[in-house]
Amino acid sequence: MSTLQTDHLLGIKDLSRAEIELILQTADQFKEVINRPIKKVPSLRDITIANLFFENSTRTKLSFELAEKRLSADVINFSASGSSVKKGETLIDTVNNILAMKVDMVVMRHSSPGACLFLSKHVDAKIVNAGDGTHEHPTQALLDAYSIREKLGDVEGKKVVIVGDILHSRVALSNIFCLQKLGAEVMVCGPSTLIPRYIHELGVKVETDLRKALHWCDVANMLRVQLERQDDKYFPSLREYSMLFGLDKQLLDSLQKEIVIMHPGPINRGVEISSEVADSEHSIILQQVENGVAVRMAVIYLLAEKINRS
Amino acid sequence: MQSLTLLNDQQVQLALRRLARTLVENHDRFEQTVLLGLQPRGIHFCERLAAEIRSIIDAPLHVGKLDITFHRDDFRRHEEPLKASPTEIDFLIEGKKVILVDDVLYTGRTVRAAMDAMLSYGRPENVELCVFIDRRFSRHLPVQADYVGRQVDSLQSEKVSVKWQATDGKDEVVLFTSKGSI
Repeated sequence: MSTLQTDHLLGIKDLSRAEIELILQTADQFKEVINRPIKKVPSLRDITIANLFFENSTRTKLSFELAEKRLSADVINFSASGSSVKKGETLIDTVNNILAMKVDMVVMRHSSPGACLFLSKHVDAKIVNAGDGTHEHPTQALLDAYSIREKLGDVEGKKVVIVGDILHSRVALSNIFCLQKLGAEVMVCGPSTLIPRYIHELGVKVETDLRKALHWCDVANMLRVQLERQDDKYFPSLREYSMLFGLDKQLLDSLQKEIVIMHPGPINRGVEISSEVADSEHSIILQQVENGVAVRMAVIYLLAEKINRS
Repeated sequence: MQSLTLLNDQQVQLALRRLARTLVENHDRFEQTVLLGLQPRGIHFCERLAAEIRSIIDAPLHVGKLDITFHRDDFRRHEEPLKASPTEIDFLIEGKKVILVDDVLYTGRTVRAAMDAMLSYGRPENVELCVFIDRRFSRHLPVQADYVGRQVDSLQSEKVSVKWQATDGKDEVVLFTSKGSI
């Protein structure tokens, strides 16, 4: 396969294994590009991309913007604070106004699940989902798979546990789809109140004991507790959460085996992961950030290839 | 499709030896000179050329592979999607003499992209171009090779294919002509 079947990247659920592998292979080439003395290629010099961030983001926004600039695309940025959204403009109106300025691709983060799908049906531009509410965050899952492949050689047959707030996490859902399509076994682990009731229907194992989960896995992806999305109390206190589901050096050492530690960021040090573990040699958190740029370059490049010139 | 053999294995070998000797004549012991084969087809020619050079001089020779996909000027204009190949350059080209190596010089666009891609790695002192087949009178850009294995006059509808022992089973240069085009 040398081209994507899909016209937009809305979620991992829509991608085939071959498409995911094409993105990862293309990212290999871009990883080499971003390690050159001059880290920029001219491929997308006639493409304009709008980054619409209706929800806060540091890493993803910077990573997308850097990826776009490394490909020589023209970039316009938009964030909901300080925009007309506050004056009551609808999503379609906002986007159509931006498209009227001749934009070819839209990278969007929005707090409503399905916002990107909705947009893809109503506007004439390639849409890349940079996170839609609690639904999907496809580029994060792709960069996680890329980082596992880079560290362990392959994703096929690996055992990955996703720990934390599964209920509110778009990273968890995209990771489950992506890892399963690439042939990994996936387990979710967290307080039972933060695990969706029917998640086993996706074919993932469910575990509420962190120690058992860590003994089983090759890779542990530690997620942040998304307090901003929690409209209810799901556990008694952060301190109790940290004692039961936080990963510290003592727990890691007691496993007597090597596991790879991942975190999509932002880290709440001392809650889901201790500083010692986050900064240890087991952690590939900063490699994930570097790979994020390469993977996003691959996604944008492959989608841009499908933009009709006429 | 009719095919015509332009060079057989002996002629390929002769041309390779001649190119290697000319390069050694101009670059002595290759202390300040590096070879960059262009992906995907130029790297096989580059490897063969490097082997010939090594048989003449006993000195370390820097050989790299350069992929030009992201620097091409036909992104989104190509019928088939472009597929990138790895770039492998494990030496510095800053201040060096670089010889770009490709199998066929046709429109000159690949070489233009290669010079662009190469500059991402540093500023060479000078750059030369070595090609095995030069299809004359078909250039879109003002690009000429410094070292040429064989010049070929061909029509735009024809295709020149360079085959190598290691990848295609034998050394050969073939001209393909679609029927009725002449």
